[in-house]
Amino acid sequence: MTDQNHDEIPEVIPDYVEPAAPPSLDSEAAEKAAAERDIAVGVGQTLVEIDNLSVTFGGLTALDSVSFDIKRGEILGLIGPNGAGKTTCFNAMTGVYKPSGGDVRLEGVSLLRKKQHTITRMGLARTFQNIRLWGEMTALENVAVGLDTRHRTSLFGAMLGIPRHRREEKSTIERGMALLEFVGIAEAAMTKASALPYGHQRRLEIARALATDPKLLCLDEPAAGFNPAEKEDLMELIRTIRDDGYTVLLIEHDMKLVMGVTDRIVVLEFGKLLAEGPPKEIRENPAVISAYLGEEAQV
Amino acid sequence: MSTEPVLGSEGAQKHLEELAEHANKPGRFAGLNQWWEQQPRVKQWAILLPIAAVVFFLPVINPPIITTEPGNDWPLACFDMARFALVALGLNVVVGQAGLLDLGYVGFFAVGSYVAALWTSPDSSAVHIPYLWTLPLAMLVTVVFGVCLGIPTLRLRGDYLAIVTLGFGEIIRLLATIIPAMRGQQGFKEVGHPPGTGSDGIPIFTNNHGTPWYMLTVGIIVLVMILLGNIERSRVGRAWIAIREDEDAAEIMGVPTFKFKIWAFATGAAIGGLSGALFAGQVGFVNNQKFDVVTSVLFLCAVILGGSGNKLGVIIGGALVSYIPNRFTSIADYKYLIFGVALVLLMIFRSQGLIGARAHLLAYGRAARARTRELAARRRTPEPTPDPAQEAAS
Amino acid sequence: MIHPLIDNQWISFDWSSLGQNFWPVTFDGLTFGAIYALVALGYTLVYGVLNLINFAHSEVFISGAYACVFTLSALGFGPSPLQMPVIELIGCLVASCVAAMVASAVVAFLLERLAYKPLRSRNASRLAFLITAIGASFAIQYLIYLWRGASAEESVTMFIPQPVFTVFGATVDSQQILIVVAAVVMMVLTDQFVRRTRLGRGVRAVAQDPDTATLMGVDRERIIVTTFVIGGLLAGAASLFYVMKVPSGVIYNGGFILGIKAFTAAVLGGIGNIRGALVGGLLLGLIGNYGQILLGNSQWTDVVSFVVLVLILMVRPTGLLGSDLGKVRA
Repeated sequence: MTDQNHDEIPEVIPDYVEPAAPPSLDSEAAEKAAAERDIAVGVGQTLVEIDNLSVTFGGLTALDSVSFDIKRGEILGLIGPNGAGKTTCFNAMTGVYKPSGGDVRLEGVSLLRKKQHTITRMGLARTFQNIRLWGEMTALENVAVGLDTRHRTSLFGAMLGIPRHRREEKSTIERGMALLEFVGIAEAAMTKASALPYGHQRRLEIARALATDPKLLCLDEPAAGFNPAEKEDLMELIRTIRDDGYTVLLIEHDMKLVMGVTDRIVVLEFGKLLAEGPPKEIRENPAVISAYLGEEAQV
Repeated sequence: MSTEPVLGSEGAQKHLEELAEHANKPGRFAGLNQWWEQQPRVKQWAILLPIAAVVFFLPVINPPIITTEPGNDWPLACFDMARFALVALGLNVVVGQAGLLDLGYVGFFAVGSYVAALWTSPDSSAVHIPYLWTLPLAMLVTVVFGVCLGIPTLRLRGDYLAIVTLGFGEIIRLLATIIPAMRGQQGFKEVGHPPGTGSDGIPIFTNNHGTPWYMLTVGIIVLVMILLGNIERSRVGRAWIAIREDEDAAEIMGVPTFKFKIWAFATGAAIGGLSGALFAGQVGFVNNQKFDVVTSVLFLCAVILGGSGNKLGVIIGGALVSYIPNRFTSIADYKYLIFGVALVLLMIFRSQGLIGARAHLLAYGRAARARTRELAARRRTPEPTPDPAQEAAS
Repeated sequence: MIHPLIDNQWISFDWSSLGQNFWPVTFDGLTFGAIYALVALGYTLVYGVLNLINFAHSEVFISGAYACVFTLSALGFGPSPLQMPVIELIGCLVASCVAAMVASAVVAFLLERLAYKPLRSRNASRLAFLITAIGASFAIQYLIYLWRGASAEESVTMFIPQPVFTVFGATVDSQQILIVVAAVVMMVLTDQFVRRTRLGRGVRAVAQDPDTATLMGVDRERIIVTTFVIGGLLAGAASLFYVMKVPSGVIYNGGFILGIKAFTAAVLGGIGNIRGALVGGLLLGLIGNYGQILLGNSQWTDVVSFVVLVLILMVRPTGLLGSDLGKVRA
């Protein structure tokens, strides 16, 4: 967890501001960028179940029997003070850590003991808190690797240029450009990722994760290092992603952003589930105020 | 169609425009490369074909100054350059693209040589087949070796892989010494060659006649380059670069890294085996003396010198590593020292090699480039401003 | 008829020979193991601090061997042993040992400054470090080649090993005792240095977390140089024992195979782990010797060592004792 946002946590929870209507998107781009996936559960039904998930490191329990659901079509915020287990929970879900107990199920299928790349193919994509793009590849190529998770050309197919390969490559350009337009960096498509400015790199990470056609998009502190204007833009983007039919799990330090964009919030503290509910409830929950914000506010 | 991006403040937008401009206009340093990329295919071919012709007939042209004679036979020196270029092309897949440091590449080369020798030399009691059939056979056998070496080792971290492959190269050499059927230093004589005799009844392919071997190898190089280029501009090539850049991130983003690493290893091994079989055919003699670690490092140097990850670069690198000691015979004794120092200096001062161009990884990259240019152009045309006269009237 | 390609003659297991010679082979293996262990420490220390396989460490080692041979030759030693009082002999051995250690340490230091430091200041990739290491190894090897030629140095005999006592029917000679005891003492000193001294704590801190260590005021550059120099000193000492044990082995590429074996020893014990280097070295010395007797050909030692390396990496990549220099408890 980075500490760079400490000073950005407001002393009191800001009032929830009704977001302005999202700007009309480039409808053509949005359509091309939209997922072609088939999700078994309907909107509002449970997409991911986190069931008594525990993670221990040596003797230290980082996550202690945490259970919550993620419902299809919502933006779920995962918050908590530093060391509360947010990132641990995240890593256990995406297969980076092996949980010591409990289960994570996506549409009823357990993700435990699955390889990381399989989890991504099953429909769980993420961004990284400390940006991890492939620096020598262009923005479009980064997105293309994400799109490739849905492609099936083999070494020989590529070598001989079979029709499926050509079809996949054409769709890569089309969908890749559309995704870049969707996040607003299409003009930098041919620029090396390492040469992009910080904000664009963050957006590129989101585009790359969307490219894998996720059922659940996990954003790990996507606003870290952003100024208020950029955060505002990011909120718009996250809402648009949700409106496009994606489900979003958002880990975030910035309370204004979390309160402003999420439909529901899960609060962790010391590896345990502290509270769960819509932002309005969480904001008024005395336990959350004392445990999470109280300590910050009293500084 | 609205071009309002979902994200982006004004400053960021400005930067984007600069980037787009930069991507589409020749830069000060990368000028030639940028210019080249913007030329239409036809024009590219028009420039390339004469160059290709010169390269193809290089041993016949025997240009003064450049020639390695009288020290070394020029056509044979040409074949040696081509052989190194082919090896570098194969090793480049493993080191340059997938980022796996293979220090035992000579092992694959050796396996290819022995395959050619075992199935064509009269010293071998194995079934004999025509020489040209040993080329695909050598590739097949080395792929098996590559996969057998890869499965246990490619799960390891990169630096362990380096030392294990180093060991593999040595094991192959030691086994060639220990196993009696491999005939140790005695070796296999009269390894086969492609069929065909000239008008004077002398076979076209002989040990001391480098030109036909060179042309055969150049033809193979062109074919290999085309096939490798296709792989490069596919999900396989992209996955390799992603693994090289950040393996963990690649795995998390859905790339089955282990499978792609095995593919890289197998591809590299196949090309190594192919060049080994060609070498065995030209020299006509295979024993355990030419496959030491030193040669592996020379191969590595070829890749790094030319520009790791760049096909044209490593071909030039391979040719140079072979050419320099043949041309400048007075420094031939120093070649290992020179190439060792060159590796260190290159890593410090120019890690991208002589030709530091980035490989293209999209099969239809031109379409995307055109789209980017179009977007940039649209951004530059100002919004239609209201007519001042009309404004005054209202 | 058996097809010659799958001729079964090339590998055979000579169990009776191993049974008869078990103890002499064991003692000899331990002696070689002690040498591997000293060289392995150099790999382990550098790996712990920089996460780099210092391929050129084998050349650091062989430079020491050359310095050792030159010193001994200058002192009048030759292929046949000199007659001299014990005190004088010890003096000569110490002098050549110091020369070897200094030479190796200087090569290690130069290597660090000239090859690796510029890479660090350029934030080069891991691949770049590995390629530099292999390039440097190559360059030093052929520098020696150009200077001394392709043949080995004339062998130098320091003294004729005298039997000291007999265990299990096998004699243990003075040379074996000297090598094993000296090596173990040096390893204990290194271990204590890393555990107890201020500089040693710095080494552990950098190994564990370079960034935090730097924030806490540890001078990372100084620590890195220190580990290279310590590794060099130990390799120099090892080279003296190597010259004792293999007098005809001082050749330009003589460090290469020994280097790979020492690295295997380091991985076997757990790379980054100082005690692991000792355990791994001794074990590998034994395995190599048993393998050689069992298979009846000295070239099999090398093959056996490589196979051991691959097997450990597959089964237990952290080695026998675990692989973290930073986690050494004080």
